Amino acid sequence: MRIAKGPPKAFSRPAGSVPRMVDLRTEIAGVALRNPTMLASGFLDETGGSMARVYQAGAGAVVTKSVGPVPREGYPNPTIVEVDAGLLNAVGLPNPGIIEYEREVKRAQAAGAVIIGSVYGKDAEEYAAVAAKMSRYGVQAIELNLSCPHAKGLGTEIAQDESAVRDFTRAVKDVVDVPVFPKLSPNVQDIATFAVAAEEGGADGIVAVNTLKAMAITPELKIPSLANKYGGLSGPALRPIGVRAVYDICERVHIPVIGVGGVGSGRDALEYIMAGASAVQIGTAIISRGLGVFNEITKEMAFLLEEAGFRSVPEAIGVAHA
Amino acid sequence: MPRIQVVPLLEIVRETPTTMTYRFRADLGGQPGQFLMVWIPRYDELPMALSYLGAVKGITVRDYGDATHALAVFNAGDRIGVRGPYGNVFRLDGQSVLAVGGGSGMASMIAAIEAFAQQGARVVTTVGAKTAEELLFVDRANGAGQVHIATDDGSRGFHGFAPALADKLLDRDPVGQIITCGPERMMYAVVDLARKRGIPVQASLERYMKCGIGICDACVLDDKLVCWDGPIFTGDQLEGSEDFGHFRRDKSGRRIPV
Repeated sequence: MRIAKGPPKAFSRPAGSVPRMVDLRTEIAGVALRNPTMLASGFLDETGGSMARVYQAGAGAVVTKSVGPVPREGYPNPTIVEVDAGLLNAVGLPNPGIIEYEREVKRAQAAGAVIIGSVYGKDAEEYAAVAAKMSRYGVQAIELNLSCPHAKGLGTEIAQDESAVRDFTRAVKDVVDVPVFPKLSPNVQDIATFAVAAEEGGADGIVAVNTLKAMAITPELKIPSLANKYGGLSGPALRPIGVRAVYDICERVHIPVIGVGGVGSGRDALEYIMAGASAVQIGTAIISRGLGVFNEITKEMAFLLEEAGFRSVPEAIGVAHA
Repeated sequence: MPRIQVVPLLEIVRETPTTMTYRFRADLGGQPGQFLMVWIPRYDELPMALSYLGAVKGITVRDYGDATHALAVFNAGDRIGVRGPYGNVFRLDGQSVLAVGGGSGMASMIAAIEAFAQQGARVVTTVGAKTAEELLFVDRANGAGQVHIATDDGSRGFHGFAPALADKLLDRDPVGQIITCGPERMMYAVVDLARKRGIPVQASLERYMKCGIGICDACVLDDKLVCWDGPIFTGDQLEGSEDFGHFRRDKSGRRIPV
């Protein structure tokens, strides 16, 4: 097998294929993945055609755009602004609504994609109703976007209320048969307590972290750069925060964790794996590395794991806690 | 990662009753067919084709909504934000080309029309518009080669749509390739006639965009992104498309008729 791009210089070795000795497969709450990279929610996942394309480009799974009960246009532009170490976005949860979204899920499924359906709502009932529909479309798992700005608490995120995280998780668990993965916000004092709340609610896994609340201002115009003023920071700047969050969470819960935040290389992914994540999600790195990023990161992980003496991804999960 | 540049408008030129050109200096490249994301502060950020390349760049904008209406009252010295250039470019191959433009679509093609001429290709342009006063960049196209006019109301030139005029011209004057930009139904007809005649065609498409950099999935056409894979698509790429000429996405991602 010929590979398009060799391993990174720092880990150079004779040109060749992915090490056959390393098993890149992983598994999260019964969901089998061909490799530990997933498409993070919010990137190229509003339409079935794009999700199919990302899966075909090498992602182990794709997480959908967060879908709610009814269509939503999102915020006006500018909705993104590139900053030194990442991306600020306030796209505002645009989505065609759960009814119309069936078409998109079906199209991605036709391409064989492993799909995790991300949902939001304004209260526990709405989360449950949307998740129930999403699961009937045949997704392999449900991710709960708990950072919906229009949720209970007016202006605050559900992910900042431990009892809401517990209750919403339980409400969704009651109506679906697939695994449920609440996605937690880093905008809290102690994220691990929220992971514990999710576990108490019956979560099958945790996704950490969502974007970090942030702002950019354009001095020449004296106004915030995003139409929504506030946005979520993703990309390299978020990675040390995400790694810390995953590390803390893994100290406190017994369910698997999916790490997300600034993964742009195999080495970055291994930080999350060694902090305790079973898989990683990738989004912002698509901007700099293109859709080949999933295959490339998988290969980089294989070389690094082999070099470190691991034969599989599960062997490396959480080793930094030792 | 490139940051947005805030630049003062140097010159504003009224091209037609509804269309203005805004000139500015910005430290970015740009080739024929590429676009910028243009921030109209406090209103919106929109994809706009570069109608002028070189040191003093230009965008040419039809006033069709709140943000472009706000931009229409900007004066020289007022500032906009620009980022880019984004998207692919027109391939400038061949000895002869027919450019079929409709309405403000000429803004996306005029740099390519001039670039074809500069490298010695024979350029024929059909400029189409609703009425004579809405014809855009006729003089610049004239400077690059032969021009034929079509108006919907017959107020100047051929009375009818640009594809019908193009079809007539191709009967008596075959060309090596076709480029087109304008209303999508017009481009659909142009791509169709090019395919029937076996002439390679490139069409510059337009979709609602949020990010412009290939991540938000708003501008999807089938499984392609207009901002990243396009905006220019070949006839071969568009053959068999379920969306081209038929469907686009609204701001929420719902699939709606073009």
